[in-house]
Amino acid sequence: MDNIAIELRGIDKSFGPVHANKNINLKVRKGTIHGIIGENGAGKSTLMSILYGFYQADSGEILVDGKPVAIRDPNAAIAAGIGMVHQHFMLVENFTVLENIMLGAEDSQILNKGIAKARVELKRLEREYALEVDPDAVIEELPVGLQQRVEILKALYRRADILILDEPTGVLTPAEADHLFRVLEQLKSQGKTVILITHKLREIMAITDEVSVMRRGEMVATRTTAETSVEELAELMVGRRVLLRVEKGEAKPGEVKLAVEGLTVKDGRGVTMVDNVSFNLRAGEIVGIAGVAGNGQSELLEAISGIRRAVSGSVLLNGKPIDVTGRADPSELRDRGLAHVPEDRHHVGLVLKFEECENAILGYHHDKRYLNGVFLDVDAIRKDAEKRIGEYDIRPPNPRLKTANFSGGNQQKIVLAREMERGPDVLIIGQPTRGVDVGAIEFIHKRIIEMRDQGKAVLLVSVELDEIRALSDRILVMFAGRVVGERDPDATEGELGLLMAGVEGRKEAAE
Amino acid sequence: MSTPYAKLPGWVEYGLIPLINLAVAFLVAGLVVLLVGENPLEAAYHLINGAFGRGEYLGFTLYYATTFIFTGLAVAVAFHAGLFNIGGEGQAYVGGIGVALACLWLDQTMPWFVVFPLAILGSAFFGAAWAFLPGWLQAKRGSHIVITTIMFNFIASSLMVYLLTRVLKPLGSMAPQTRTFAEGGQLPKLDWLLAIFGLNVGTAPFNVSFLLALVAAFCVWLLIWRTKLGYEMRTMGHSPSAARYAGMSESRITVITMMISGGLAGMMALNPIMGEQARMQLDFVQGAGFVGIAVALMGRSHPAGIIPAAVLFGMLYQGGAEISFEMPSISRDMIVIIQGLVILFAGALENMFRPAITRLFTMQSRRAAVVTQTKGA
Repeated sequence: MDNIAIELRGIDKSFGPVHANKNINLKVRKGTIHGIIGENGAGKSTLMSILYGFYQADSGEILVDGKPVAIRDPNAAIAAGIGMVHQHFMLVENFTVLENIMLGAEDSQILNKGIAKARVELKRLEREYALEVDPDAVIEELPVGLQQRVEILKALYRRADILILDEPTGVLTPAEADHLFRVLEQLKSQGKTVILITHKLREIMAITDEVSVMRRGEMVATRTTAETSVEELAELMVGRRVLLRVEKGEAKPGEVKLAVEGLTVKDGRGVTMVDNVSFNLRAGEIVGIAGVAGNGQSELLEAISGIRRAVSGSVLLNGKPIDVTGRADPSELRDRGLAHVPEDRHHVGLVLKFEECENAILGYHHDKRYLNGVFLDVDAIRKDAEKRIGEYDIRPPNPRLKTANFSGGNQQKIVLAREMERGPDVLIIGQPTRGVDVGAIEFIHKRIIEMRDQGKAVLLVSVELDEIRALSDRILVMFAGRVVGERDPDATEGELGLLMAGVEGRKEAAE
Repeated sequence: MSTPYAKLPGWVEYGLIPLINLAVAFLVAGLVVLLVGENPLEAAYHLINGAFGRGEYLGFTLYYATTFIFTGLAVAVAFHAGLFNIGGEGQAYVGGIGVALACLWLDQTMPWFVVFPLAILGSAFFGAAWAFLPGWLQAKRGSHIVITTIMFNFIASSLMVYLLTRVLKPLGSMAPQTRTFAEGGQLPKLDWLLAIFGLNVGTAPFNVSFLLALVAAFCVWLLIWRTKLGYEMRTMGHSPSAARYAGMSESRITVITMMISGGLAGMMALNPIMGEQARMQLDFVQGAGFVGIAVALMGRSHPAGIIPAAVLFGMLYQGGAEISFEMPSISRDMIVIIQGLVILFAGALENMFRPAITRLFTMQSRRAAVVTQTKGA
């Protein structure tokens, strides 16, 4: 079996009481694209971190080209021919492409010779793998897709034969993702081995040769991609059958609950993030905002919910204005029936160091039922938390547990329970299922539809196009801070993809 | 993958780990004593005996501890809101004005129990006022509180020199201090408290402000964990973005927290001024504001941790003085080194032994889990 590029035998790793990897065995054949799929927390990232030398396995061995190797740190991994493209890029923003590629591989204290060598080598790599990028461009001026290309070049420059990509398409437009897949095909044809970590089943089906499924720290199955199906993989990931499509009836839109008119928001540096956005949100409908991350969706949500000041524009909530350019205050808006599930639950929606019950009142701590004068009514708070833990099936059912110890899905349920429970008129939800396991996604989607059917107005922002299409009654697409189009949920993915990339939108605006 | 996280039982977290850190600090301190050519065991004996050996020694230890409880609480309160108030020194110093004014005004006409409440209010008011400006500057202008509170320590120092040499000094006196207070400006000693244990307080200035410190510790616990304001402070301390999301006003919480912190630091002045000297002297704070940082750090910003940590530092002060008295080759500076080592190991290197201890305990708990599993089957 000399065509095995990398083999893991009995890899075991624990963090305290958490058994992240249990006796993992994996063989990746040379010159293939091998997918590793699993829910969040299944142990994919831990396994790859062991392979790249960030962590040490408690037991087990790693064989590269049939020879056992000890990978104590990333340098050892690089020496063994393993390269990694991280989910969050490890690039120096204000360095040029060339400088980033050389970083850590400068060869000597005097840079001149290294630069010349790197330039030649970069040219060769570009030709060989069709990875064109201007070596003198500064990273922060490059689009995300090109930054990722630099990460790949970095690995190749260090003579990686095995390339690990961790959730590479999370930040890309569909078109950029397609381009990435062509690059991966090219790498494969040149004899490189690619390990692709993702939780998107579609990508696995589109590009991999073989796929291994992880669940709760175990490697549960390896399949040849051509012989498996999305349904089978989903079932393997979760351990039971899952509904990938949400069941929902016709929307019955009522009166306008939220009217946004000409909203413009700038960030701290004065860059326009939301550019003259207008739309209406009615009772009993879900409006989805699609777009690649960073096109102003976050700022839009923050401005409507009173966290960020808008520069101009107006917002009417239940017909009455919100002072978005001045003194809008999140707690006042909550009183007026606007609930907000923020995109970043770790830093905004929750205080991870708090007990569950303390987070269950965040933002609603002025509510009389939690207070005895200036004192907190701890008993009432805990009882209330317990009730909602039951209703939303939050596990473990312990209101006194530190929030950080809950899984992503259960943390999200804590936020949803808090924001949905009071029956707000308008519910704003950002990334409802980011970092949430498949089982919980189903639950969360059902709850969102329930809210709609109760006649609430729901504004949904997600970078998962599938999610937007499954839940929304209308879809707005944002690109570069502007709403570039409105579509029905039956619009094809290609159509939405073009809008998200700003291609169709420009045409539409010109017409 | 979420961050690796292991939870230790409470007695390990709050009992064993601090004790191990402390033991290591004393071991290293012992090596230092050895280097000077003295017997570390003898030094340890003088330290313990000098701090607890007699009623009078214990009285001094608790007198120092009282001071450190106040300054420790002051640092802890600010810390819960994510503010690092290192101006306790200056706030305590200025708080002295409040005590002195109350005493100078009423000491000859009123008994102590009338003057004391006024002095408490006065000290808290002046301490809070001194912390208000840095808090306001941080909230409105974004001037960093660490920088401004440090600068305010120096301003306080100059201000007090001015007041004590020009304004508060009695005419014809050469010493930079107020006049000595009459009986109404002196706090009664807690000799009866030690007498319960058959100890004699002797000349030690162990006084009722110790009880006030304990009350303050309880109030701080109430404030932080049982009030809406405390909840808001902790939210802001852990995550300013979550506080903004929840609609809490960052500037309001910053200013209020700093004033509570400054008020607590200011109340420290009661202990030396009314409890010991019966007058306000130059430099009466003597670094207690900075020791408060170490006390809060070691006590994990929890009142139940701050009290024992304050007693520990009281012991180092009192016992340390005894060492340098009994063993002349160990100078006062050596004692400071030992105190520094305690801060180093208990505060800065707090997590040094944690990984090893965690590993030990997870190994044990996993073994226990295996046992229960086999029993269950």
